[in-house]
Amino acid sequence: MLSLLRWVIARDLTLAIRRRADVLTTLFFFVIVVTLFPLGVGPEMDTLRRMGAGVLWVAALLASMLSLGRLFAADHLDGTLEQFLLIPQSLSVVVLGKIIAHWLVSGVPLVLMAPIVGLQYGLSPTALLALLASLLLGTPILSAIGAIGAALTLGLRGGGVLVSLLVLPLYVPVLIFGAGAVDAAVSGLGAEAHLSLLGALLLLALVLSPWTAAVALRISIE
Amino acid sequence: MLEVANLACIRGERLLFKELSFSIRPGELLVVGGANGSGKTSLLRMLCGLLLPAAGEIRWQGRSMGSMRDVYPAAMMYIGHPNGLKDELTGLENLRFATALSGAPASRERIRRALARMGLGERELLPTGWLSQGQKRRTALARLLLSDCSLWILDEPFTALDKAAVELVQSLLEEHLRDDGLVVLTTHQDLEVAAPRLQRLHLAQ
Repeated sequence: MLSLLRWVIARDLTLAIRRRADVLTTLFFFVIVVTLFPLGVGPEMDTLRRMGAGVLWVAALLASMLSLGRLFAADHLDGTLEQFLLIPQSLSVVVLGKIIAHWLVSGVPLVLMAPIVGLQYGLSPTALLALLASLLLGTPILSAIGAIGAALTLGLRGGGVLVSLLVLPLYVPVLIFGAGAVDAAVSGLGAEAHLSLLGALLLLALVLSPWTAAVALRISIE
Repeated sequence: MLEVANLACIRGERLLFKELSFSIRPGELLVVGGANGSGKTSLLRMLCGLLLPAAGEIRWQGRSMGSMRDVYPAAMMYIGHPNGLKDELTGLENLRFATALSGAPASRERIRRALARMGLGERELLPTGWLSQGQKRRTALARLLLSDCSLWILDEPFTALDKAAVELVQSLLEEHLRDDGLVVLTTHQDLEVAAPRLQRLHLAQ
């Protein structure tokens, strides 16, 4: 089972390396959205500091959703998804592998980039650290929940719009606790409580979403 | 032995076939024919478990297919209409991953030999996206050489293949049948397989 997981992750990472444009699109989208806000709102540090966490988190949310379409659609088109459904082992393992690969490709670059673009909002080192920690815990949840939406809308016309309608409401708790962690750190309350909740959400999502997405895939492929 | 009893298929609002029954024993070849849209692919997808039958039952070695999600997939190889290859990966990588999915990855040497036999010896390190349709089909069919599944389910295996490749695949089928394998396939071409036992099934509309 672990070797299957490793194979799926290795394959998806190889594909991402050979199709670099897709990876960079997500990252550039995130950087550009985050950079546009200070330009539009104006350079008042107090305003920016107050909205920084929210803007960064919303941008991460949208960037992560941008790449959801590719999660299963390409495999569906070329027939590799059918092969996934026909393996002697559990399909959930394959889905978990794809979620992890999706996070490594579209989540980790955002996490690493966030403290740098966060400087534009005048966030203090403690706030940047809280931002890093909350994104590190939160972005895998986005990939996991997104996988369910992507599996449900597979092969539908207008699936892209539908996936955002399905997935964005489910992203709300992650957004609240993620941005809340940074706010709490800024106001000196400590981000531990928010981070613990994010950690709990992450565990829940990692247990439930591979299984749910696998069931959804079986339905979609019929 | 694969047994099908009273199978029915409904796609959308249309009844494609009903009360379909047949059985295939080791060493036997079943050729499914019929016009476009008569349900050949649907039947094959049902046989491998991608599609649930509207009615009826499929049994493998006497046991219902739904009751063994691990034994049956391990004994069966399905090559559908899409080739199931990633354009960005080379033939070697594609086949290594395909075999890893079904349990153990085949060694590079074994995959090289299989590709060479399919006439793709020098192209094993090219991304599959650079190959022609026929060469992609050959790469997909190389999976047959790398598995020890007893039941092969092939949907239009000969599309896009040239004459030499068609003969090659037919000889692969003959070898498999001689080893007591089972084959179900759909084709519009005249098949020249020296099968000891051959059944034809015609799906009427």
